[in-house]
Amino acid sequence: MSIAAQFKLAWPGFSLDVDLDLPGRGVTALFGHSGCGKTTLLRCIAGLERGAGRLAINGEIWQDAGVFLPTHRRPLGYVFQDARLFAHLDVGGNLDYARRRAASVNSRGDAAIVELLGLGPLLDRLPERLSGGEQQRVAIARALLSAPRLLLLDEPLAALDHARKQEILPYLERLRDELDIPVIYVSHAADEVARLVDHLVVMDGGRAVAQGPLAETLARIDLPIRLGEDAGAVFAATVAERDAEWHLARVEFDGGELWVRDSGVAVGRRVRVRILARDVSLANSRHDDVSIINLLPATVLAHAAEDHPSAILVQLRVGGTKLLARLTRRSAQRLDLAPGREVWVQIKAVALIG
Amino acid sequence: MRRLFIPLLFAACTARADEVQVAVAANFTAPAKLLAAAFERDSGHKAQLSFGGTGKFYAQIRNGAPFEVLLAADNTTPARLEAEGAAVAGSRCTYAVGRLALWSARPGYVDDQGAVLARGGFQHLAIANPKLAPYGAAAIEALTALKLLGAVQAKLVQGENIAQAHQFVASGNAELGFVALSQAMQDGRLATGSVWIVPARLHQAIRQDAVLLARGRGKPAAQAWLNYLKGNGAQAIIKSFGYEI
Amino acid sequence: MPSLPNLTADLGAVWLTFRLATVTTVLLLLIGTPIAWWLARTRSWWKGPVGAVVALPIVLPPTVIGFYLLLLMGPDGAVGRFTEWAGIGLLPFTFWGLVVASVFYSMPFVVQPIQNAFEAIGERPLEAAATLRAAPLDAFFSVALPLAKPGFLTATILGFAHTVGEFGVVLMIGGNIPDRTRVVSVQIYDHVEALEYAQAHWLAGGMVAFSFLVLLALYTLTGRKAR
Repeated sequence: MSIAAQFKLAWPGFSLDVDLDLPGRGVTALFGHSGCGKTTLLRCIAGLERGAGRLAINGEIWQDAGVFLPTHRRPLGYVFQDARLFAHLDVGGNLDYARRRAASVNSRGDAAIVELLGLGPLLDRLPERLSGGEQQRVAIARALLSAPRLLLLDEPLAALDHARKQEILPYLERLRDELDIPVIYVSHAADEVARLVDHLVVMDGGRAVAQGPLAETLARIDLPIRLGEDAGAVFAATVAERDAEWHLARVEFDGGELWVRDSGVAVGRRVRVRILARDVSLANSRHDDVSIINLLPATVLAHAAEDHPSAILVQLRVGGTKLLARLTRRSAQRLDLAPGREVWVQIKAVALIG
Repeated sequence: MRRLFIPLLFAACTARADEVQVAVAANFTAPAKLLAAAFERDSGHKAQLSFGGTGKFYAQIRNGAPFEVLLAADNTTPARLEAEGAAVAGSRCTYAVGRLALWSARPGYVDDQGAVLARGGFQHLAIANPKLAPYGAAAIEALTALKLLGAVQAKLVQGENIAQAHQFVASGNAELGFVALSQAMQDGRLATGSVWIVPARLHQAIRQDAVLLARGRGKPAAQAWLNYLKGNGAQAIIKSFGYEI
Repeated sequence: MPSLPNLTADLGAVWLTFRLATVTTVLLLLIGTPIAWWLARTRSWWKGPVGAVVALPIVLPPTVIGFYLLLLMGPDGAVGRFTEWAGIGLLPFTFWGLVVASVFYSMPFVVQPIQNAFEAIGERPLEAAATLRAAPLDAFFSVALPLAKPGFLTATILGFAHTVGEFGVVLMIGGNIPDRTRVVSVQIYDHVEALEYAQAHWLAGGMVAFSFLVLLALYTLTGRKAR
C-alpha cells in the first residue's frame, strides 16, 4: 500500500523533479514556501498538469510511459484552495454532481458525509450565499461524495481568516480519523501540518528536500528551509491524569511526562503534542525556583544556525523523543552546549493539538 | 467612419465656383465619366459626378442635396421636379434614349432574335426593379408584349437598379437578364457574352432627361454642362455606348 | 390614416424576415458555440486569424460581403461549384442563400458574446468538473454551458436582431423575390424609393420599435445579471 510518484516538468523559470514513495494511508503533507512546487506536484498527481514520469496509487498505474489517465478517469477527490463550487448549482446540486458521477458506491454513505461536514442546513443555498469556510466544507464533501480512492487537498485553509480556519480544522481532523483512503495535503502553514499530518514531504525549489514521519522530520535541524517561529517538535502522548483543582492534565510520552492545560480530553486518549522551539529554554542544572512546571532532563544531539546570526537551533533527545530549542548563540556558548552534553529543558508552553 | 466623410465631401464640393455638381443615373455612369473629362478639357469647368438611382436622387434633391444638374434615367422625375419648383422651368431636355438589351455573360447563349426567352431552360432572368427603374419597367413591357411574362415570372430576380441587374448576370448567378445596352457596350461594340437588342417597338422609349436644378440656376458651369451635352462631340460619345439621341 | 394597399406583401416580408432570423439564429448557435469554445480556449497560432475572419463582418461594408458572396456562391465560385456538385443548386436568390449569408454576416454578434462568456468562466470550474469525473463533453454541457447562459442570451438576441436589420447583403444576393428573399429592410427600401412613404413608415417605425424593445430586453436582462 503506497503511492509512488515520479515527475519531471520544466517551465521557464521553474522545474519540478521529484521521486517520492508515500504511505498508502494517512495524511501526507507537501510542505514548503510558496513557489516550491507543491501545488504543481499535486496537479501532476491529479493529471491537471502533464509532467513526464510515473504514478502508481496502491498498485494502480495512473501514469507511466505511454499511459496517462486523464483527470476524469482518475478516482480522486480534489479540494482547491478557492473551493470552485459550481455557481449555477446550489449546495445540494453541487453534491449531486459528484454523487452522480462517482466511480463506485460510497462506502461511507452519502448522508454520513453531509453530516460529517455539517452541511444539512446549507443544502438549498447557492455558493455565492456561503461564507468562505462553508464553501470549503461543501467542496470537501463534494470531493468525498465522488467516492475517491485518493483525496488531494490544495491549501484548503489558505484563503480563510483565522476564525474560519478554526471552524474548519475540526472537520479536517474528523476526516483524518475517519477516512480510510490516503490524503495528500498541500500547505505552507506549519501549524496546520503539525495538527493534521502523519507524513511530511518538505519541498524547496521543485525538489523534495526531506520526507518522513511527521515527528521525525519536523525535529530535524538540517532542513534547507527555515521555519522561523514555527520551528518545533510534534509527538504523540497519552492523557494519564486530570487534576480538577488546577485544571491541568498530565500527559505521558516516550521520554517523560508533561503538565498541560486541561482541555477536556478523557484519560487514556491519544493526543498530539506540539512544543515550539522558541518556548524551550535550557539550563545546566534543575531549577525548581522558576515558574515553569515542565522540567525534563535531556541530551544535546546537534545544533544548527538560524537565519538571524544571534540565534541558534538546538536538537535534544528526551528519552525516545526529539525536541528543538531556540537560543541565542551567546547563551549556547555560555552553557557550552556541545553534542552529548546533559542539560535540563524548561518548557514554557505545550500545545495539545488534536 | 464613412458617414463622417459625407459632410466633409459636401464642404469640398461647394467650395469652387467653376464646378458643377451633377447627379447621374447609374446606367449612364460610364459615358458620364468620359463626358466629364472632355467637358473639363474643352471648357475649363469641372463636373463633379455622383452616381445613383434616380428615385434616391429625387428624395435627396427634395431634401436639400447640393446637386445643380440631374441626368435622370427617365423623363418623369425631371418633369416632377420642375412641377414642384425644384428645377428650373424650361430647362429639360432629352440627352439620351436608352435601349433595352437581353444579355448573357455566356457567348452564344442569347440569340439575335431573343428566342431563348421562349425556349426557357434558364433558372434566373435578371431585371431591374420595375417599380423603381425605367429599364425594369421596359423589360416588363417587352415581356408582356412577347406574351412571355407569365412563363418567366417565377424566374425573375430583381436588382434594385439596372447596375445590380447587370451584376447578377455578369457574375453568372442569373443566366441572362434585361440590362441597358450601354452596360453591355464598350467602344461601340459588345464587350462580352451575347446580346439581343430588344426592338424599340416592344416597350415605351426610355427617354432619359436632364434638368437644371434650382441650385444650378444662374451658375455658368451648370449651364455650360447642359449645353455641352447637346453638342456634337458629346452626342458621339453617348451614341458609342449604345444610346440613341 | 393613409390607406395601406400592399399590406399582404408587407406582412409576407415580415413573416419571411422572422423565419430568416430564427433559422439563422438557431444555426448560428449551433455553429458559433464550438467556434467560440475553441477561440476561448485555444493557444494555437490560428486563434488570431480565425478570430479576425469571424470579426470581419463588423468592419466590412455589407456591399463588400454581398458582392463576394454573390461571386463565391455563383456558378464560377467555390461555394457555388460545391453546392451544384452536391445537387443543391446555386444559392443566390434563394431563402437558404440568405440564410448562408446571414450566418456569415451575423457570426461575430453570436460568437463574441459566447466567447467572452467562456473566457470569463476560465479553466477553473472545468478542472473541478474533471476531478469529479466529468468527461470533457460532460463538463461542457453540465458546467460550461449553464455558466455561460448570460452570454448565450446576449448572443441570441444580438444574432436575431442583427439578422432582422440586415439589408446590404440581402440586396446584393437576394434578387428581391416576394416570400423568398424580399425581407422587411428591402421592402422598406423599395417603398422609400417608390415614394410610398406611408407604407415605408409603418414598416420602418415597426423596425425601430422592434429594435428598441430587443435592446431594452437585452440591457434589462444582462443588467440584472450583473447586479
